[in-house]
Parts: sequence; structure tokens; C-alpha cells
Amino acid sequence: MWTWLLLALDTAQLRGASYGDVRVMHLRQRDLTTKNGQVGTLSQSESIGIGIRALANGAWGFASTDRLTKQGVAACAAQAVAIAKASALAKRADVVLAPEQAYVDSWQSPFRKDPFEIPLEKQLALLLAADDAMRRVKGVTLTETDMQFRKIDSWFASSIGSRIHQRKVISGCGIAATSFQGEEIQKRSYPNSFGGQHSLQGYELIESLDLLRNAPIIAEEAAALHSASQCPEKTGTLILGGSQLGLQIHESIGHPIELDRVLGQEANFAGTSFLTLDQLNKLKYASSIVNVVADARLDHGPGLGTFAYDDEGVPAQCTDIIKDGQFRGYLSNRETAHLVGLNRSSGTMRTESWNRLPIIRMTNVSLLPGAWDFDNLIADTPDGILMETNRSWSIDDRRYQFQFSTEIGWEIKGGKKVRMLKNPSYSGITTEFWNSCDAICKLDHWNLWGTPNCGKGQPMQTMGTGHGASPARFRNVRIGTAFSNQ
Amino acid sequence: MTPSSKPKKSSSGKSARAAELLPERELHRIVATVLRLARSTGAEETEVHVDEVADNLTRFANNGIHQNVAEQGLTVSVRTVVDGRTARATTNRIEEDSLRATIEASLALAHSQPKDPRVLPMLPKQRYRSVNRFVKQTAALTAEERARAVRLACDLAIKKGQVAAGIFASGQSQSAIGNSRGLFAAYRETHAEFSITMQEAAAASWAKANSADVRAFEPQKLAARASDKAHLAVNARELPPGRYTVILEPAAVLDLVGFLFYDFAATALEDKRSCLNDRMGTPLFGKNITIADDAYHPLQQGAPFDGEGLPRQRVLLVDRGIPRNLVYSRAAAKAARKTPTGHGFALPNEYGEAPMNLVFTGGDSSLEKMIASTGRGLLVTRLWYIREVDPYEKVMTGMTRDGLFLVENGRVTTAVRNFRFNQSLIEMLSNVELLGPAVRATGEEAFEMVVPAMKVHNFHFSEVTKF
Repeated sequence: MWTWLLLALDTAQLRGASYGDVRVMHLRQRDLTTKNGQVGTLSQSESIGIGIRALANGAWGFASTDRLTKQGVAACAAQAVAIAKASALAKRADVVLAPEQAYVDSWQSPFRKDPFEIPLEKQLALLLAADDAMRRVKGVTLTETDMQFRKIDSWFASSIGSRIHQRKVISGCGIAATSFQGEEIQKRSYPNSFGGQHSLQGYELIESLDLLRNAPIIAEEAAALHSASQCPEKTGTLILGGSQLGLQIHESIGHPIELDRVLGQEANFAGTSFLTLDQLNKLKYASSIVNVVADARLDHGPGLGTFAYDDEGVPAQCTDIIKDGQFRGYLSNRETAHLVGLNRSSGTMRTESWNRLPIIRMTNVSLLPGAWDFDNLIADTPDGILMETNRSWSIDDRRYQFQFSTEIGWEIKGGKKVRMLKNPSYSGITTEFWNSCDAICKLDHWNLWGTPNCGKGQPMQTMGTGHGASPARFRNVRIGTAFSNQ
Repeated sequence: MTPSSKPKKSSSGKSARAAELLPERELHRIVATVLRLARSTGAEETEVHVDEVADNLTRFANNGIHQNVAEQGLTVSVRTVVDGRTARATTNRIEEDSLRATIEASLALAHSQPKDPRVLPMLPKQRYRSVNRFVKQTAALTAEERARAVRLACDLAIKKGQVAAGIFASGQSQSAIGNSRGLFAAYRETHAEFSITMQEAAAASWAKANSADVRAFEPQKLAARASDKAHLAVNARELPPGRYTVILEPAAVLDLVGFLFYDFAATALEDKRSCLNDRMGTPLFGKNITIADDAYHPLQQGAPFDGEGLPRQRVLLVDRGIPRNLVYSRAAAKAARKTPTGHGFALPNEYGEAPMNLVFTGGDSSLEKMIASTGRGLLVTRLWYIREVDPYEKVMTGMTRDGLFLVENGRVTTAVRNFRFNQSLIEMLSNVELLGPAVRATGEEAFEMVVPAMKVHNFHFSEVTKF
């Protein structure tokens, strides 16, 4: 494999590249779904190719191909350089890269059970059993389950001498029950919506989820939501479950801290950020109990943002994003680090595949655990609403104003969950919301949630990100806005 | 078949010319190779999809190019049927050993599941209506040509004291499908797209066009339009949220109504997740709303066949406000005792089918006429981050973006800070006062469709943001 990478680097340099990096990636994926007791999707795929990034005349070019022949790779490298030279026709300034060492390394994400070695019959039998357990519940009109496994090998070489091989094994699984009654569709998902939980683990993730115990629970809830009271419209106290808080972090902290957004590079598509460069170390982003890190190291956990090196050959790091409520850091790459006074990239360049350019991406952007026991948090809340499991999410293109709705809510009165609420939603302004956080649950309730479907870049890339979170409480939040008709 | 049997790239590497697609005879050869290899594996039936892309995208921001990419790739996807079971495996390696391994992987997946009574025999040879959506001028566009156009747009921004960001993309793709019962179909198209955001101080505006033919739009005109509107958008005023008359430009209409497409799938109704459940045949939208799915419309793109190789049919979905018809895959049609319409996804899948070529019937009101007829309302350039809040009432939430303007007494008077909306599409399509001519619209939330601008009363904005 290294032959192709070195040929690409040599060709790029011969053609005039002042810097080059190359990724060969081999991606394998298996998808299984069921619907209403029958197998839906049953497929597997593999893809292998090479992506070459070249810096020439002070500008970038990138080309990719699946033609892994001497001629195909050399032509692709030459094309990357030619594109870079075309870019220079309309460059703003020469690209300058922060210094980085060369690394020669090989790394594999830890897993106990290779999901590709587990018999398909066993995987399907589990999904069909969970599907069956949901369909047994009266009122359920649609049942869905899914499993997804990926094994990604990447070989990276750069013209500064790095040679890095990484292998990642990723697993994901989820189930959902939907109920249509009268003029209403209600849905419950486990362990999370939109495909469940995903992490850098093997089949042990699936076994840890206890699908068969949870299937009837969510099915009963989906049917019961029809007779639940509508979530009221008011300003009040909100407690978010861990998975919903993970998405709140993703949208209102993770995206605003991407330095390419801040610098306007995504202005036409994904948007910009309210976190302009003058806010660094000055903005009180959140209340003083809020601490957020971007941590790609394995020490943080087996998240979708965990790796040993990013796709620019920079080692995984932990960066303080919010420290005691103060805004402390961005996600950067080798090209942008100096703009925020750093002499080194924070290691967040990631690519979906061999045919995509690495771009700045979230790693594991996580809210660190607080001090509260969950039961004590509920007991300490005289009047509030607990919301769990995302149903919809939306935020403006500078990441100020957001609105989320969840699948289920629970009214809290006198320190107790007293009744189920349907159609819960809340909205707010990012910094006002995070400054209203007055309680975060402790490590026992903390989980590293996976968001497998984060879209960004043109051409679009889908990336997995990790978000550690435990339930937390927020005050004076606008509740019920999505269903307000005023 | 060996990797070297793929044709040489057209580019010598000395210039950034676009790659070429395989000739159709090569697609035939790949399909024939897979079918030959499959005959000795125990597969009762075999279907092969071959998809190839050669895409290029030049991206600019801060008045300069910052990303510039080219992509070439081909995939071969094999579906086998054995003993009433079916599954799919896909590879991008086309040497015989890899193709054989892919066939075997498909068979192993198929064997792992229970028998599926919905599996139908594969289709025999079909006849297809021809469509021509391959424009050699688009296919031949070079990185240098895209860079020069971007340079002109950035020069305009600099001259106006603005900041430009956007893309200029061009490319070509092709798909072929063949099976062991003799079916073969192939389709190729080109695509070009220019999108630009002009920023002036805290304001921004946007323009975008998309076509098979790069000559169908002028990047400099789009840049000028975005520039003019960005200047108008400066000093936005905050208005209270509430219900407003809105004039939705085609991109804003597209990104909203695009969320309706799957509701017209027969499988979505069977699964009871469509907003049309219990509503077919009854008035649901205004009488001025008529929607068809028409892959052959001159402003549409896409193959004239579906994921099983069935020819696409034109289907009238909504006739003067009344939902009349759905689209059907072969399996969904059999279950519902209907005729399949050629809208099925590649098998196996759990979603069935969907109309992918929506065409709204337009009217004759220009944007200027809509503005002139409005006492007080809002002109909406574009919407953003649209998500479904209520699947049955089809309540969508999202934000306005890149140019929201107050209309008073028949003219645009000032820019307005962006709003969040929570709006039922059913209600919205019942409140349409005026329709513009239907055009090929392109946004960021839905795939391209043919839709008109719309003037809509009582549109619900629930909150305002800070810019």
C-alpha cells in the first residue's frame, strides 16, 4: 500500500508541489435493518482509493481516484498539483502551515468482538426479536431496527515524512416504535433516535444495549404518548437527558468552535459562527459549572471522534473549549492555528473517505460531568420538565438561536416525575442557554454519545462525532415553542 | 478483468482537465462479467448496478479559492436472489477476483435471512424513453475556467467592499443496471452549479443556479444579484415574531416543499408515517396547487428508470389541491394491487419508493408583481436548517437566511432580522395567494425540483434571532 502513497508524493513534488499529503483508505461497511418483522436492508460494501492533497504556488489542490495503478495514481497526483496551480489564479494569500513533526506509527482502535466475524444470522435474529417485542404492543403501527458496522483502514503519508496506519472499528445500533392514531404520529427510539448509539467499539456495544429489555418499554411509551398531555408553552426549568444534551452540545458548542466557520470558509453553505476571534478568552459562554473539552484521545472514551492522528498527521489532543464557563479554545488545523495564537494545530482535520478533502471537524466535544446524582436533581426541582431523545433540531447559520423537540417529556412537580408529556420542545439563544445551566449530573450518568451523521463541506461529507454528556438542568428556558401557534 | 482495463484518464496531469467516463460498452462489459461469474455461484437471479462519477468543485471564501477538488470513482453493486431471499454487496474494485468475492458476499448475506415473500422475479428487458442530459461543454469545463469565473466574482466583491464565498462545480456521472433476465439500461448526465454568498458588514445574501448545461447560467449575473441584495440587507431591523404574508423565492419554496416528497410513497402510507394517511382523495391544499412527478420534464435531471430498471412514469400526485395518486415500487404495487410507477429504490430496502422529480404547476405572477400586490409582508430569499416537528400536520421548523426584507405598500423598504418559523406545509399550501412561473430551483435542504415562487398569507414566524 505504501508504494502508492510514496508514488503519489514523489509525483506531486516532481510536478511542483511544495507540500503534499496522501491518504489511501479502505472502508468496509455492513448494514442491517428490519421493519415490521421483516428484513429491510441487508447489504455490505467496500471502497478503496487514494486522495492526494497538494500545495503549489501557495494554493491547495486535491484529487482522488480509485484507479490504484501506477498510471492512475501518478495521474491523480499530477491532477492535484494542476488544480492547486489553478487555485492560485484566485488565491487570497499563500497558505502557511503550522509546523508539525513527522510520525511513523500504526494504531488500531480497541475492540473485543469483531462485528464482521459475528454470524449475520445472529445479528439479524437479535434485530428481529427486538422488532417482534415492539410489535406485540397494542397501538404500535411501525417498528424499525438497525445495525451498522464499519471497519476503516487508512494509510497516511506526507512530504514531511509521516507514515501512519490506523484501523478503526465502529458499531451502531438502534430500535424505534411508531404509533399512528387519530391525527397524530408518535415515536420512541432506543438508545437514541436517528439510528441509535454509535461508537468506536466492536459487537460488544450491541450486547451492552439490552435491546430486548428496552424494546417493549419504548413501544409502550410510543402508544401512551397519544393520551399524554401536550407539553405546555411557558418559560421554566428544563432538565435534558444525556443524548439530547449531546446534540445540544453538538449544535450550540461543537459547530460554533470550528475555526473554518469562524473564518468564513463555510459562509456559503454550513454557515459562520458568532464566536468571532475577539471572543476567545473573553466570552462568558456558560455558567461557571460548565466545562467542555474537545478530546480525540482514547483516554476520553471510544467515541466517534476518537483516533490516534487526524487526517493531516497531527496527534490526537485534548483542547479546553469552555473552562469554568469561559470560552477558551477553537478547533483548528495546521493552516488556521496561527490565527488564534497557536503554534500547533489542535488536530481536528478529518475526512469521510479517500475521495474527500480533510476539513476541520469536531472530535469528541464533551461536557464534563458535574456533581449531581440524577435522583437528587429531580428531587431538587419543584417545577420543571425533563425532555429525552431528540425528535427535531435546528439552529441558525451563526449558531445563536436554536430550537429542539424531543420524543418524550416528563412533568416534574414537587421533586417527582408526575406525568408524561407529548410533543415537548424548547428554544433559546446559545450563550443565554448555557449560562442558565445550574446543575450537571455526575460521572455515573455520563455517556459518550455518537452522532454518526454530521454533514459539512462541499462536496458534502458525513462524519461521526462524539459527545459526552450527563443529564443537566437549565433555568428560565422557553418551552413549548415548536407547537406554539401564536 | 484487470484494473488496467479501465481507460486512461484524459488528463496528462499537466492541466487540470476533467476526467472522462467509461464508454457505455465498458459498462456492458462489467455487467456481463458479473452475470457470467454469478452463473457458477448458485445465484438464481443476479442484478448489477454500475455507477461512475467524475466531479470537480472549486470552493471560494474571503474573496479567494481555498479548496479545489476533483473526484473519480466507480462502484459495482451486485444483488443476488436465492431461494426467495435477496441481498446486495458493493465494491469499487473491478478485477474478477473482487467481483467474484462481491457476488459471494451478496449470496452469504441473502442466505443469512428468512425467506421474504415480497421478493419478486427480476424484470425482463424494458423499453426506455430517451433523455439527453449530457452536455459536452459542462463535461469539459476545466479547473482554470472555474478559477477564472471565481476570480471575476471575487473581484466584484472587492470592488463593492464585500466578501464572497461559494462554489463553482461541474461534473458528469453515469449509471447502468443489468440483470440475468436480459434487462439493461444506461444513463449519463452532466451537472454544473454556481452558488455565491456575498457578505457586507453583518449582512449577507445569496444566489445559486444548477443545470446540466453550464451555459444555462451566468456566474457573474448571480454574483451581481447576491451583491445587490447583500447591500440591501445591511442594517436589518428587528420585527416581532408572528404571522406574516410572505413572498417565498423559488429556493425557499423548494427547501420547504421538498420535505413532502416521501409522503407520496405508497410504502410510507402502508407504514402509516405519511401525512397523507386517511387524506387521499380529499381536498388538502388550495385549488391552485397541482403537483406531478415527471422525470421527463425539460428542467429535470435523473435517469428514466428506477432502482430495479423499471421505466419511470409521469404521475399526477396532487390535482388542484386534492392528493390523487401515489408512486409505487413493484413490491408496493403488488401489495396494494396497483401498477408500479417506476419509482422504486434499489433493492433490498425498507423505504420502497419515492417521487424524485417533483414538478409544481406554476402561475404567471412575477416576484415584482407579488411585491407590488403586498401591503405588508416579508420577502424571503432562502431558508435554512429545516427539520420536521410534526410528521402528520407536516409542521416544519427552520430559519430564514441571507436576505429577509420587509415589503410595505408594494415595495421593499428595509432588511429584517432573521426569523425562526414553525409552519405546517399543509396549511401553507392552503394559503397560497399567487404563484410565479415554475423554474428549476436549487437550495441546500432538498434536491432540485421545478417549483414556482409563492405568495403565502399567515406564515408563522415564532422567534427572532440576533442578526
